[in-house]
Amino acid sequence: MTNPYIALLISFVLCALVAAIMMSASWILGPKRASKAKLEIFETGNPPLGSIRGIRFPVKFYLVAILFVVFDVEVVFMYPWAVVFRRLGWMGLAEMGAFVAVLGVGLAYVWRVGALEWE
Amino acid sequence: MELLIAFVKALVALLIILQVTVLLLWIERKGSALIQDRVGANRANIFGGLLPFNLGIVNTLMADPLKLFHKEDIVPKDADRFLHWLAPFAAVLPLFVTFAVVPFGDVLVIGDTVINLQAAELEVGLLFILGMVSLGVYGVIIGGWASNSRYAFLGGVRGSAQMISYEIGLGLALVSVVLTYGTLDLQAIARAQGELMWGVIPAWGVFYQPLALVLFFIAGMAESKRAPFDLPEAESELVAGFYTEYSGSKQSMFMMSDFIEIAIVAALVTTLFFGGWQVPYLYRDGFHLPGGLFLAVPSLLVTLLQVLAFLVKLFIFCWLQILVRWTFPRMRYDHLMMLGWKRLLPLGLANVAVSAVLVLALEGWTVA
Repeated sequence: MTNPYIALLISFVLCALVAAIMMSASWILGPKRASKAKLEIFETGNPPLGSIRGIRFPVKFYLVAILFVVFDVEVVFMYPWAVVFRRLGWMGLAEMGAFVAVLGVGLAYVWRVGALEWE
Repeated sequence: MELLIAFVKALVALLIILQVTVLLLWIERKGSALIQDRVGANRANIFGGLLPFNLGIVNTLMADPLKLFHKEDIVPKDADRFLHWLAPFAAVLPLFVTFAVVPFGDVLVIGDTVINLQAAELEVGLLFILGMVSLGVYGVIIGGWASNSRYAFLGGVRGSAQMISYEIGLGLALVSVVLTYGTLDLQAIARAQGELMWGVIPAWGVFYQPLALVLFFIAGMAESKRAPFDLPEAESELVAGFYTEYSGSKQSMFMMSDFIEIAIVAALVTTLFFGGWQVPYLYRDGFHLPGGLFLAVPSLLVTLLQVLAFLVKLFIFCWLQILVRWTFPRMRYDHLMMLGWKRLLPLGLANVAVSAVLVLALEGWTVA
């Protein structure tokens, strides 16, 4: 195969097809006897409290997402560096070290101010 | 012809993952029964009492999926219908595709054609797998949001925070592996592990990167959201977490994505740290034992042995994860976040730094 992405495309189409068939299986095979109680949201038997649109949840989760963006981009930068690492030698290591050190200070800061604590 | 081969390979990769998933369901049910001193699945019996015990194969391989597919597909009336449909699809499709780049054998030689036993010979296979596994978070968050239920929403939020936290640890553990091999091509990594250290020990990744193995295994298990990291679907507090409002085959898609993630973690552990399809001392023409002994093996048999070795290793690491799941209690959420951010992240960074210095110091450096 000259272009591996063609093989990947074939794989994608095949997998999407199989997944779609398996997902619609119970829509085709299963019974369809909807009732009012069945279509209600399950809140352990209590009457549902209504929609969750606009519900509040701890801001901590948002903070985790922000931290994730910072550190995951760091990791992503490390991949191409790791591949050509042997050719870059000590100089490349020093440059990556400087980059990681900056983020390391960031990590130390968020650690210190308690952004990683959950209570 | 090439297209046909590509299609067959894609089909084989998909079949492997489907079979592994179904077999894992069986291993999980019977294995947990073994651990908890129960009988486990024991109703339908294919051998009709020929065996002194019931293996429960019919239950888990045939009856369970059939039962799930015959259940009613319920969409709650307040749910977002399109997103409710999209979530299980988004959860399972990227995971299906990941197996396309995992090499399950070296090469298959038929006449003059040499077939590489890897569905898509991607040079950036490892990056592709990481990307696809990251996409799995969409299934969780969309499923939690679309159901319009409080339990599902909490599960989705928890799940996404957990998955993105552990993705960093996962990525860092793999960076040091890439450093060692200098490539992202999984087949090349597997081939590199065919050599021997001091003529005796196979040069498997585990001997080069033991810490990376531990970090990767922990982060990978957290990524697959199973006990002890199953907070997104903690049944004692959130009913079933992000898939509370799912039923029938849609719910089984979420279950399946869990099992596929186990299989992917096991496949990556096998490929990166335990030689992939390599059988120690086995080369294309036969066994070269350390004492200078040589045992010729036909090429086809070599390929067969290698595929078999890959599957055996795969199941060993799947079983290890199931063992962990049924042995350890669920973690507290603050402990979970602490492990991800305060342990795995610094340890991963330290591991990358130490490996980089060691590689340069031991191999010397060349000017580009």
